[in-house]
Amino acid sequence: MSQTIATPPTVRLDSDVIGKPINRTDGPAKVSGAAKYAAEFGVTGPLWYGYIVSSPVAKGKITKIHADEVLAIPGVQQVFSHENVPSFAWFDRAYKDDVAPGGSPFRPLHEPEIMFNQQPVALVVAETFELARYAASVLRIEYDVEKHNTDLDSVIGEAFDAPKGKTGFVPPPKPKGDMNKAFAEAPHKVAGEYIHRAQHHNPMEMFATTVDWLGDGKKMKIYDKTQGAPNVQQYIAKIFGLSTNEARVISKFTGGGFGSGLRPQYQVFLAVMAALELEHSVRVVMTRTQMFSFGHRPHTLQKLRIASDDQGHIQALEHKALAETSQFENATETVVNWTGILYNSPNTNFDYQLSKIDVYTPLDMRAPGAATGNFASESAIDEMSYKAGKDPLDFRLLNYTYSDPTENKPFTSKRLDDCYHEGAARFGWDQRNPEPRSMRDEKGMLVGWGVAAGCWDASMQKAAAKAVLSADGHLTVNSATNDQGAGTYVIMTQMAAQTLGLPMKQVTFNLGDTNMPAAPVQGGSWTANSVGAAVKDACQEVGKKLLKLAQKMDDSPLAGADFEDVQFVDGHIRANEDITRSVAIEDILAASGEEKIEADGKAGPNPINQLKYSMHSHNAVFVEVKVDEDLGTIHVTRVVNAVAAGRIMNPKTARSQVLGGTVWGLSMAMMEETYLNNELGRYMNHNYAEYHIPVNADIHKIDVIFVEEEDDIASPIGVKGVGEIGMLGVAAAIANAVYHATGKRVRELPLTSDKLL
Amino acid sequence: MSLQFIQEPLDKATPHVVPAQAVTLNVNGEDHTIQIAPWTSLLDALREYMDLTGTKKGCDHGQCGACTVLVDGKRINSCLALATVYQGKKIQTIEGLGTEDNLSPLQQAFVDHDAFQCGYCTPGQICSAQGLINEGRCKTEDEVREHMSGNLCRCGAYTNILSAVMEVLHDGDVVVDNGVLITVPVASTKASSVE
Amino acid sequence: MNSFTLTQATAADEAVRDLTSHDGAAYLGGGTNLVDLMKYNLERPTHLTSLGLLPLTDITSLPDGGLRLGALATNADTAWHPEVEKRYPLLSQTILAGATPQLRNVATNGGNLNQRTRCYYFYDLATPCNKREPGTGCSALTGPNRVCGVLGTSESCIATQPSDMCVALAALEAVVRVQGPDGERTIQFDDYHRLPGDHPEKDNTLKPGELVVSIDLPEEGYADHFTYLKLRDRSSYAFALVSVAVGLKMSGNTIEKARFALGGVAHKPWRDQEAEKMLEGQTASPDLFRQVAAKVFAEAKGYGEGSLHNSFKIELGKRAIVRALKQATEMSQVVNPNVFLNSNP
Repeated sequence: MSQTIATPPTVRLDSDVIGKPINRTDGPAKVSGAAKYAAEFGVTGPLWYGYIVSSPVAKGKITKIHADEVLAIPGVQQVFSHENVPSFAWFDRAYKDDVAPGGSPFRPLHEPEIMFNQQPVALVVAETFELARYAASVLRIEYDVEKHNTDLDSVIGEAFDAPKGKTGFVPPPKPKGDMNKAFAEAPHKVAGEYIHRAQHHNPMEMFATTVDWLGDGKKMKIYDKTQGAPNVQQYIAKIFGLSTNEARVISKFTGGGFGSGLRPQYQVFLAVMAALELEHSVRVVMTRTQMFSFGHRPHTLQKLRIASDDQGHIQALEHKALAETSQFENATETVVNWTGILYNSPNTNFDYQLSKIDVYTPLDMRAPGAATGNFASESAIDEMSYKAGKDPLDFRLLNYTYSDPTENKPFTSKRLDDCYHEGAARFGWDQRNPEPRSMRDEKGMLVGWGVAAGCWDASMQKAAAKAVLSADGHLTVNSATNDQGAGTYVIMTQMAAQTLGLPMKQVTFNLGDTNMPAAPVQGGSWTANSVGAAVKDACQEVGKKLLKLAQKMDDSPLAGADFEDVQFVDGHIRANEDITRSVAIEDILAASGEEKIEADGKAGPNPINQLKYSMHSHNAVFVEVKVDEDLGTIHVTRVVNAVAAGRIMNPKTARSQVLGGTVWGLSMAMMEETYLNNELGRYMNHNYAEYHIPVNADIHKIDVIFVEEEDDIASPIGVKGVGEIGMLGVAAAIANAVYHATGKRVRELPLTSDKLL
Repeated sequence: MSLQFIQEPLDKATPHVVPAQAVTLNVNGEDHTIQIAPWTSLLDALREYMDLTGTKKGCDHGQCGACTVLVDGKRINSCLALATVYQGKKIQTIEGLGTEDNLSPLQQAFVDHDAFQCGYCTPGQICSAQGLINEGRCKTEDEVREHMSGNLCRCGAYTNILSAVMEVLHDGDVVVDNGVLITVPVASTKASSVE
Repeated sequence: MNSFTLTQATAADEAVRDLTSHDGAAYLGGGTNLVDLMKYNLERPTHLTSLGLLPLTDITSLPDGGLRLGALATNADTAWHPEVEKRYPLLSQTILAGATPQLRNVATNGGNLNQRTRCYYFYDLATPCNKREPGTGCSALTGPNRVCGVLGTSESCIATQPSDMCVALAALEAVVRVQGPDGERTIQFDDYHRLPGDHPEKDNTLKPGELVVSIDLPEEGYADHFTYLKLRDRSSYAFALVSVAVGLKMSGNTIEKARFALGGVAHKPWRDQEAEKMLEGQTASPDLFRQVAAKVFAEAKGYGEGSLHNSFKIELGKRAIVRALKQATEMSQVVNPNVFLNSNP
């Protein structure tokens, strides 16, 4: 298999910027408060504020809204509800966004029926934020309440196979061999049930939209919190019958998303609707409580059975999952497939089902599906290793697979084995006493060491970019992509600078505006790969034009050279064969007399490669925990997270992605859980005080290792993406370490102290 | 069978809301006079009435720290402060610590250590760290971790935040052993340290 | 949040007059709890009497050897006051185990006493709650109630008082000085907060218009043998599942005097004077501590199993008492008031 990254016209030199730990170009704006998020943009003329009223019941029907009492308050402009929202688009299809699952999307303020608790039922618009908030608090609404059911356990019997319909969802792999027979006959076996309940994304920035009503027909600038401005634009345009010129969506900075901003949320509908109706600028910001109203990692029940022979080879592997979904959409995740991709077994069975309850539709949340399935399968693999009398790391190496068993395809690249070795060396795994409860620290705390692996898709989406080189030599590249913290601003600047051999400070990368070339929502770890390739393509096109202009110059030293024969380095185009044959880009621009040179670029998946290969990133995670057995408290004192994800564009920001993923894994393992009260049909810890995510004091030493891979099949630029992979393995490695420390196998997350008492 | 439920507010709507009055706040060394009623929080006063949007609203309930500002040098949650009672105090926000072109040492350290990702908690983290330095009570890594725990970071940049704060707290004399970055090149199975 | 007027009082008697002359008025201290509650529409005062300018921020020694904490001194200034750190390290550490630096910089001592429960249902207007709206029922009895209490509960309410500081003040047997329309009076700390009974809407025994002016600490501060053990769902910035404040006077290995209180388990900081007596005059030992712990939780009642429900607090509470007493007798843990872990073995 060929595994070289295409070299010309970009050659790797000391002055190269790709692969260098370069500071974020958007860093100074973020640390100085200059970076503007959705609720922070100024508007033309005065701004009105919308405040959302949420349903206190899970199911029923609104019978009366006493809007008149509230409209009597001076300064209150309007109360919007299903009673007075004009009919825009009534067809379901108009509400379908790019990443909507199958079913019928929620239409805000469309009808009096209540389908989930905290459903938005009204928007109160007033002249100040405080007045809107007050008016919303005194709005009387009457409901006929119907009996709801939010208890997943009660509808297990109504489970159905997860249907196709959502982009990216891969149904479970087909069974192999005879699972039941192999399991029954094998000498070593484990079976277990795993549970985690709903978790909510809770990005720091609450969902917000500022609509700047421009006073020119229906033209608006819609500043929205989203992971994809183009997705929001097409959603808004379809629903309200607007042109893309009228509905310009801008999202320069996104205060975290983690999947919550993949789909347009209801505040953008409400803000745009109010602006259109009132012909006025409007801002709508959700409350933190409302951040628990529009999607979550679904409550999932899982069962695993694994069996091995006497040598420790897996003979039987079964992974089944049942997840909740709403009554109106079928939210699907890829949960069980990963287990089959990581381990070989002659006999397998995979199953993934859904059951409907009266909640909002679950929504992709960092490493969706994989984080769920990975905790269960890597816990079970660990348990299996003890049963088979093997070290957990040795057991994984013994059952290592060099091709994808679920699709019988080779991997484009897979250095998980090196992740295991490098991670183990850094961690000091060889010092581990295999016996549970055998290790203690100097204070007498039980010490446990655990390991787990993870894998995630290396995927690519269609993306476009535009590059403009101005006469002063400054390169500006635009793409309507997003940066929710991933480092898109800096790595795309690096990609552009590298491609045309310009210093970083001479390059500006802009994103988050639907007036720019389209890009996919930021998710699935595909941005670096997809947008990076589009940026490179656009810059190469500029480069080709530059070369032609250079060749038009008198006595051009590059006369006759093809594009493949030259390189762009240090502001010059020069011949590969003889680097003294060189022309400065600024001289080319001056000689050409052109005001600017611009070009479009695009990139997309290669369907032939997709048919032939399995494309994945992998990681191996090593964890140390210390457990105070009397009190059940667990501290994660050390993590080594070794990642193989192709080429690393920027080790500094990529490391941050993996650090963040590690913290997410720790959070999932140790504390995250939304408490659902089934009697009330309502999430109860809907705030940052009681929905726990880690604080600084929870996080200790985290080593990150990048095992680089050359892979020009998974990606034309060799990149697999690191947004999700860092989270995988972490929760299971912690649970496995807790087992090693205490001898207790906890199969229900989070690992709160009560579970160890 | 259906049951009636009235989302009955605990109070009736009253058309008499307390009118706005002139309130003068000293922010980053400058007096700003704005028209607000007592119900305006210091956070909303900054963001909605003065266009000082560097101070962030992450929960509006004192549960996240994104709204941290310094008042007379001490860090507080501006979301739980009523602006009107902060007249006569010296309020410092992220915009007052340094600008994009002239970053303060803490701001620069946050950039250098990549101590943020989405950036939304960052102004609060930095103001909080400045407050920690002003307090002069914390020196060790564990102390800084504990005393930076009033600022949530959902991106999980905590180890880098610690490194950045420790660097400025100790004038660069302390390097935190807080996890390293190793890259294993394509052609090799040997590790080499990048940072 | 509803609309309200605001007056800034400059003296205690002026504040009391201002408050009593307005219907629906409330005192505003640091505001870290009240403003939060107002934003959730749980408190709806139409007038606020702001106490920010009152001269009640001093911490001064009393003639009887005790220490007076001004009601409007901030939690941070109190925790880091040299006299508090030296003579009442239990109080200092307990304050620092609560909330965050930002909140402690604003929250006042008086306000800390009056902060309201963090019960999920109290905080959510969409749910029945007897504490918020008497007669509507208690949703916590059967719903998720991890945050709720197991001691001194009633069928009307199982909410807990969320303060850390108050747990130490209970163990230290502080006295609360209040000023009201009828003048000054003092309240023993044990009598300040109350159990829910049939009136969970009442958190404490303050009379209408009364204002906390100081918290007076007796001379004994247990500076040689003390501990505050706080168990919670993350390492910092979380309310206690169970916490224990202990102050002991020791002679060799014999406990001469013992005071301890629990947080996170009841509608008030939970003290058991019979259990304290079981320790006095006895030699410190794990067996003794276990007997004491069993006594404290003998009448406890859990409300459901599993991690969303609070029955686990009974066992966790017992273990916490044993550990806290061990720590206080041995004083072996490294005492760093700036750092708190869930446990310090």
